[in-house]
Amino acid sequence: MAENLLEVRDLTITPAGAEAPVLHDVSLSLAPGERVGLIGESGSGKSLTAQSVMGLLPEELRAQGTVSLHGFAGNVLEAKEKTLAKMRSDLVSMVFQEPMSALNPLMRIGDQIAEVLRIHGEVARGDIPGRVLDLLTSVHMPDPDSARYAYPHQMSGGQRQRAMLAIALANSPRLLICDEPTTALDVTVQKHMLDLIAERVAAVQAGLLFITHDLAVVAGVCDRVIVMYAGRIVETGSVHQIFTDPQHEYTRGLLASSDLEATDAHGKLFTLKTALSYAGPVDGAGSGEMPGHTNEAEPVNEAEPVKADSTAAGGPADVRDPASASARETGAADESAPLIDVSGVSKHFRSRGLLRRRSPVRALDDISFSVTSGQRLGIVGESGSGKSTLLTILSGLDRPTSGRVRVGDIRVESASAPALRSLREDLQIVFQDPFASLDPRMRVEDIVSEPLTARGMAREERLARVEEMLLAVDLDTKAMRRYPHQFSGGQRQRISIARALVTRPQILVADEPVSALDVSVRSQVLNLLTDLVDDYALTLLFVSHDLGVVKHLCSDVIVMKDGHIVESGATEDIYANPREDYTRKLIAATPSLAGALASIT
Amino acid sequence: MIIYVANRAIQFVLALIVASVVVFALMSILPGNAAQVALGTNATPDAVAALEAQYGLDQPPLIRYFNWVMGMLTGDFGTSYVTGAAITPVIVGSVQVTGILVIAAIFLAIVIAVPLGTFAALEQRNWIGVTISALSQIGIAVPNFLAAIILVIVFSLTLGWFPSQGWMAPVEGLGGFLIRLVLPVVSLALVQAAILTRYVRSAVLDVMREDYIRTARAKGLTRTKALFVHGLRNAAIPVITVAGVQLATLLVGAVIIEQIFVIPGIGSELVRAVANRDLVSVQGIVMVLVFLVLIINLIVDVLYPIVDPRIRNAS
Amino acid sequence: MSENPSTTSAGETSMDRRRRTKLRLNASMVIGAVLIFVIVALALVSFVWTPYDPSVVDPVARLQAASPEHLFGTDKFGRDTLTWIMYGARITLMVGIVAVGIAVLIGTPIGIIAAVFAQYPWGVWLSAVIMRANDILLAFPALLLAIVFAAVYQPGTGPAMVAVGIAAIPGFARVARSGTMQVLGSEYVRAAKASNRSAPAIAIVHVLPNIAGMVIVQASVAFAISVLAEAGLSFLGLGTQAPVPSWGRMLQESQQFLSTQPELALWPGLFIALAVLGFNLLGDGLRDRFDPKMEARGNG
Repeated sequence: MAENLLEVRDLTITPAGAEAPVLHDVSLSLAPGERVGLIGESGSGKSLTAQSVMGLLPEELRAQGTVSLHGFAGNVLEAKEKTLAKMRSDLVSMVFQEPMSALNPLMRIGDQIAEVLRIHGEVARGDIPGRVLDLLTSVHMPDPDSARYAYPHQMSGGQRQRAMLAIALANSPRLLICDEPTTALDVTVQKHMLDLIAERVAAVQAGLLFITHDLAVVAGVCDRVIVMYAGRIVETGSVHQIFTDPQHEYTRGLLASSDLEATDAHGKLFTLKTALSYAGPVDGAGSGEMPGHTNEAEPVNEAEPVKADSTAAGGPADVRDPASASARETGAADESAPLIDVSGVSKHFRSRGLLRRRSPVRALDDISFSVTSGQRLGIVGESGSGKSTLLTILSGLDRPTSGRVRVGDIRVESASAPALRSLREDLQIVFQDPFASLDPRMRVEDIVSEPLTARGMAREERLARVEEMLLAVDLDTKAMRRYPHQFSGGQRQRISIARALVTRPQILVADEPVSALDVSVRSQVLNLLTDLVDDYALTLLFVSHDLGVVKHLCSDVIVMKDGHIVESGATEDIYANPREDYTRKLIAATPSLAGALASIT
Repeated sequence: MIIYVANRAIQFVLALIVASVVVFALMSILPGNAAQVALGTNATPDAVAALEAQYGLDQPPLIRYFNWVMGMLTGDFGTSYVTGAAITPVIVGSVQVTGILVIAAIFLAIVIAVPLGTFAALEQRNWIGVTISALSQIGIAVPNFLAAIILVIVFSLTLGWFPSQGWMAPVEGLGGFLIRLVLPVVSLALVQAAILTRYVRSAVLDVMREDYIRTARAKGLTRTKALFVHGLRNAAIPVITVAGVQLATLLVGAVIIEQIFVIPGIGSELVRAVANRDLVSVQGIVMVLVFLVLIINLIVDVLYPIVDPRIRNAS
Repeated sequence: MSENPSTTSAGETSMDRRRRTKLRLNASMVIGAVLIFVIVALALVSFVWTPYDPSVVDPVARLQAASPEHLFGTDKFGRDTLTWIMYGARITLMVGIVAVGIAVLIGTPIGIIAAVFAQYPWGVWLSAVIMRANDILLAFPALLLAIVFAAVYQPGTGPAMVAVGIAAIPGFARVARSGTMQVLGSEYVRAAKASNRSAPAIAIVHVLPNIAGMVIVQASVAFAISVLAEAGLSFLGLGTQAPVPSWGRMLQESQQFLSTQPELALWPGLFIALAVLGFNLLGDGLRDRFDPKMEARGNG
């Protein structure tokens, strides 16, 4: 027992005034220098476990059990705040999920790092500035010298998280706890951050407790994985064992639904229910260049009736010179004109102010593409790429600074109010955040029927349509009289989809519809979307930061960065042979199970 | 930062101009005739006309407004129609008195409220935190004139420690000045302290929930120390806002306290001018009060970027 | 739906939290509501019954201490203090209702309109002008505006109510504006726009229900402020005029008897404080109940 760096025994956490614990009898251990991943979805209790180890549990929670740490006398759960503070200063450190809110906005980065050194007290006062610089250099902070004098708001998300890591490592801890350290970051930044954490932890020979919801992330960083579900540990094992031979039903389900490259006999993504038939991630498919994985993905497309379009058009989503836009005709196209035509669209935002004048922000710069009827186009980009702005313009919610947008017969950029109304009959949106996109004070029946109310349809008919739609998204019609807060995230997203489809639109625009959902729910919602797109013969525009999701769902893809289109074409082509550097980087950085497995074997 | 301050300064000037138009319009145009009001309803038309001519009231409103503003800019608030005396010296003297009263009160309120509110937040779950919270809630409900009456009954009429009314300028005798200052200042400050305590408490509670406090604790600071090093400056931003609003409210709110303690502050002058139907004085005093309120708002606005680098860099 | 037990359980815990906050808050709300009820009851009963006629002067019974005949004692004219407190409750409530009514009915639409205008390129400056005007109005505290009104018109309950109401407009405009901005920026309003809902429909269906809570809280706080303002004005002699009973004037008239008959100050002072406390507590309770921060967001 003394051998272990961390020993948690029978940790049970109960909210004050509640009967049922949120964490049941959690026991785990961590050897010195060992790197352990703690995996689980929202509500699994993984963060609570980490907070207990730090002695940072919120006051309204009561914890029982023991948490002992090598070098700390006694039970962390019962220690006084003062001894705990000493422990946190000397033995453990933590990196949090949100680097923006975890740093003091009113304090320079250098001072925030120096503070740790002062509290820890091993570095002489005069040496502190030099040590701060060393730390910033060790986390590969660009321009570490001036970074010392920067405030958090002057840095990017990735830089802030680097600073956070420098703070965590400043006291040379024996145990580093990372709580979803890359979840708030873009994928390309995430990749760097993960490498950096692995590198620094190895360099200072600290133990690592790495908390994440993402199986693919954990593989490269950890030796061992602990899987949590609903407040309990369900399985523990080496990364390899968990990935190739999961014992617990839930682990298998999580693994199967995390794998966006594997599909079941019906061409559907695996869910917790269908996970039994999942064979495990395919080795070596992660790089996206192996022929094997293309075969793997093939059945998905074959199951789709619109496949004819995606191959016949031969990549109608490519970037076109706006000047030759009208002249261009792909010979194979059997449809007369594309359903959506965007040419030369730019959107600049100008900041306002009495005396201020800033150069406009170019959210979109000369964007051109087109979409044929029945096509499934994915729009991929990181934060700030302009993908959401593009959606807003397409759906007529905002107007472009310049350029033309045509949807069907409607010129969106100059559309009159009635024209916009008829555009919205045909084009509906599913939004990202299932908690924000439903009015908390409306009943589900009113939410779903809102587009019909706007049309002036009679109540009877409206409710009949709502009922039909709720059944189509696999929700009980009892849901009609309830309010959004009575539903889980996945159910809310189904409600959102029902609302979008209730007018029977031709085009469905989905703005990151699954990025706020847990992995196991994600695959169910994606399967539902696939079904509905087929059943209702929809043209799909799917915006996402997640290449894996787009790859599964879309026949064609546009890659965006900083308001430009970097590359576009058929999804498989882009994945197999990315022409642009950025695309290659993006593909390489996207965590996939198969890639993760390949990296450890 | 400079642009931010310049921006605020321009807004201040614009607000001042609009406010002066409003005040002038209310006083000089709407109710008819200032001379008529000053002389009463029984005055003969000839007397009214004579007074009008004497003070230039027969000129068009635009000219009168212009003259009024130009006068104020050169420090001349005009002459009272009722007493015939110059208004400026009265305003200057009474503003000083009210200034001393109000600034001492807000200072005392801050000195009481910041430690008390912080303590109440830290001890939120203890009986002591709950007690502070409840007491401050009751304190808010007590009007300052009731507090003044209670203080007078206890400390002046019963114990005889302080005079129950009166004012002495500091130059006439510091001891006499201070002893007369205590009860009015305390009665103003107590209520404001109660309000401020609640804001400090909730600002500190908000800050304690912030992630960077958790980070500071993860660095090895105790909860209390994390609050002092990282929390209080962050909590200062909403507290400054409230203190600014309070100072502005007190300027006018002090009028009742000035009445009770017979203190020749600007509020007392205002009430006297209203009672005498001396519209020119009312107009000047109201304008001075509005000017001071706007100045306080400007100062608060300028304090933000000093406390918060995000606002500093936003401009 | 058994699609994701973990998210469902997270949803339940947030609902538990909501239920618990509701219970805890009721303490504040209930005390506030009880105090307000007592004052409303006093005012209503005064219409049908009071211990004495408020205008009856009884020189024999002047300046009496509390007794079975006069529960709260009598004033310098021998008038019954309890009767005057009951009549005073009418004025207090009337001023509050009229002032808050003015402020809600003018301030809330101004705030909503300013927020809606700010969405359109042509409306940005208009919205800015509205809010600037609002800020300037904020430079006239309630008491100052009421004194100005008393100077311009005759001092009285009417001008006092209107002045206090006008001074409270900016508070409502700000609350309504920030609430509306929040709602209009939400995804559910984007969804409503994408569903072809017109701007007025969005304002009625989405904005109003979602900002109603905040406006009610503000109304409760504004009511407390107007009680204080009326008392202060009457104390100065610039509010409710004799012979109409008003707590503020009772307090002012008690001043000359502070050393002999401090009870005279006690009763009106106590009731002013109770009224303010009642509305503040109610506002506090409602705030916690409607606070957007309390809205459950099951992610964690």
